[in-house]
Amino acid sequence: MGKISVLVGFVLLLFGNHLWARTITVCNTCEVKTIKEGVAVAADYDTLLIKKGTYREFNIQVNKPLTIIGENYPVIDGEDQGEIFTIVSNNVTIDGLYIINVGTSYTSDYAAIRVVKSENFLIQNMVLEKLFFGIYLEKCKNGEVYNNKVIGDAVDEYNSGNGIQLWYSQNIVVKNNIVQHVRDGIYLEFSDNITIENNISSDNLRYGLHFMFSNDDIYKNNTFENNGAGVAVMFSKRIKMLGNTFKKNWGAASFGLLLKEINDAEITGNSFEENTIGISIEGSNRINYSKNNFIKNGWAIKVRGACYTNTFIHNNFMYNSFDLAYNSNLNDNIFEENYWSNYTGYDLDRNGTGDIPYRPVKLFSYIVNRTPETIILLRSLFMDIIDFSEKVSPVFTPDELVDAKPLMKKIK
Amino acid sequence: MIKILKYSFYDLMRSRWSYVYFLFYLLLGFVLLFLNNELSKAVITLMNVIIVLVPLIGTIFGVMYYYNSKEFTELLLAQPIKRSSIFLGQYFGVAGSLTMSLVLGLGIPFALYGLFESNAIWDFSLLLITGAFLTLIFTAVAFNIALSNENRIKGFGYAVLAWLFLAVIYDGLFLMSLIVFEEYPLDSFSLVATMFNPIDLSRTLILLKLDISALLGYTGAIFKQFFGTNLGLVISICTLLLWTIIPVWRLGYVAKRKDF
Repeated sequence: MGKISVLVGFVLLLFGNHLWARTITVCNTCEVKTIKEGVAVAADYDTLLIKKGTYREFNIQVNKPLTIIGENYPVIDGEDQGEIFTIVSNNVTIDGLYIINVGTSYTSDYAAIRVVKSENFLIQNMVLEKLFFGIYLEKCKNGEVYNNKVIGDAVDEYNSGNGIQLWYSQNIVVKNNIVQHVRDGIYLEFSDNITIENNISSDNLRYGLHFMFSNDDIYKNNTFENNGAGVAVMFSKRIKMLGNTFKKNWGAASFGLLLKEINDAEITGNSFEENTIGISIEGSNRINYSKNNFIKNGWAIKVRGACYTNTFIHNNFMYNSFDLAYNSNLNDNIFEENYWSNYTGYDLDRNGTGDIPYRPVKLFSYIVNRTPETIILLRSLFMDIIDFSEKVSPVFTPDELVDAKPLMKKIK
Repeated sequence: MIKILKYSFYDLMRSRWSYVYFLFYLLLGFVLLFLNNELSKAVITLMNVIIVLVPLIGTIFGVMYYYNSKEFTELLLAQPIKRSSIFLGQYFGVAGSLTMSLVLGLGIPFALYGLFESNAIWDFSLLLITGAFLTLIFTAVAFNIALSNENRIKGFGYAVLAWLFLAVIYDGLFLMSLIVFEEYPLDSFSLVATMFNPIDLSRTLILLKLDISALLGYTGAIFKQFFGTNLGLVISICTLLLWTIIPVWRLGYVAKRKDF
């Protein structure tokens, strides 16, 4: 008995701050009228409960571990003056606020919520509108960003910011967010071990998701639709891309997924639909592509060079204008057991794979590469004839670039 | 004119060839759907058929019908009937029955296969519309050629040549000129060159639906305007109409002045 009470006493002592944390209510008629004031009077581990109303505030610095909760989405209007929240302490939670009118600047990146050098933070259920940068994580660790809605009004790339930006951050989870109409939906630079899951990033000016120099990250089950270009993954290693959807990224320099200088990645179970280019690959090595669906893209895959030891196995290529474009005669990549809707061969031995190999690179895709205007001759009889003759005796297309075992039925 | 049209139409309806043509499309439709089990792929295959076969059949049928009914035409010419109504009546009889075979022959299997619930219906109806246009255009071209050539063999030869030129050779020349002049801005040239060939024009019209994502990969502003907005669709359909009206008009014009 004595021992237990000592233990309880010790535990209470240890977590005392937590257990007796106060709740400070902020509203227009309360004692504490502004959030800044609330932060100032609060002690560590207190909760700020912000009632419904409009708060015209900016540059709110949260410098102690606090939980800031909004009730019925109170509006925090920055009046285009600057940054709204700057979090410089560990263990901060921000929940359920509606932030509007973040200032635009050409010299500093104002954000709706900036987290600087902090750990264990949680940002959830926020609605951010009319913003420059949305959520900006700077040199942070072990944080979570859940269920937020970031809706910008970006028109030009040079004076707009990113929805969710991670810079030199580690072990962050970004989940169930919706990001629209900003420059880059989600942007990662020098950030490792990040998980990006179930987000919807659409109608952004530049990229839905943008990786630079970030390693060991996973993104899965996200949807990227109608962005300037879907996802750009550049100069990164060991990235896993699983079950994402890339849709309707149309335009001259547009693509579902851009890989540039990527090594040892895994791309599995994604779906690329109606993009001008499904995946554009440049200088990327040792990547496994499997179980992806390429449906109705202009080019399913465009390989621009310096890509070695990539394997494409068990993918579906359906109704693409071109399955594959290649700009060199060398091939060190493996295509095997994919389903190609353009395959015209037969399967006499009934083993499920076609008896004659499939050549995914057409002569016409070469011609279009050289003279882009010829695209207008797509699907003409003349083109079919020269494609056929190239198929019979390849001259321009890489001779060994074949799928020796094309599947007869598509992979479910 | 209506009477002659009716006569030609019923004459063709009774003839074996319309049935063969109709049954061919019916079979093609069913086989395509049976083998592919998917509407969107069937639509792509069908496009190739429509672009190549429909003009060929229109041409050959038109020439054949004109030469076969020549004696009957001469008999009619002795009657107090307007010349233009004799020829236009015959022309619309042939073109009408061919179009009907095409639309019904392909429409029935696709309708049975649940086209109306699918979103491929717009692609498909566009396909049928261009098919109908191509029939009208190439039958008119064939009638024109036949009218200008008394010699059947020559007329037949010219008609097939016209088809071959428009279906294959034109694209070859087009491609070569694009490659030779690749240093120059070519987007308006290529769009204009497309307008001068009804087969290319119909192909472009269908590409607008099927391959829009690839077409938008090209940077030219004129291309972008043409393919990215409804402008392309409107211009293509208007030009197809023009392609139909001009040969039909010439048919009436030449027929009026010709000395039989």
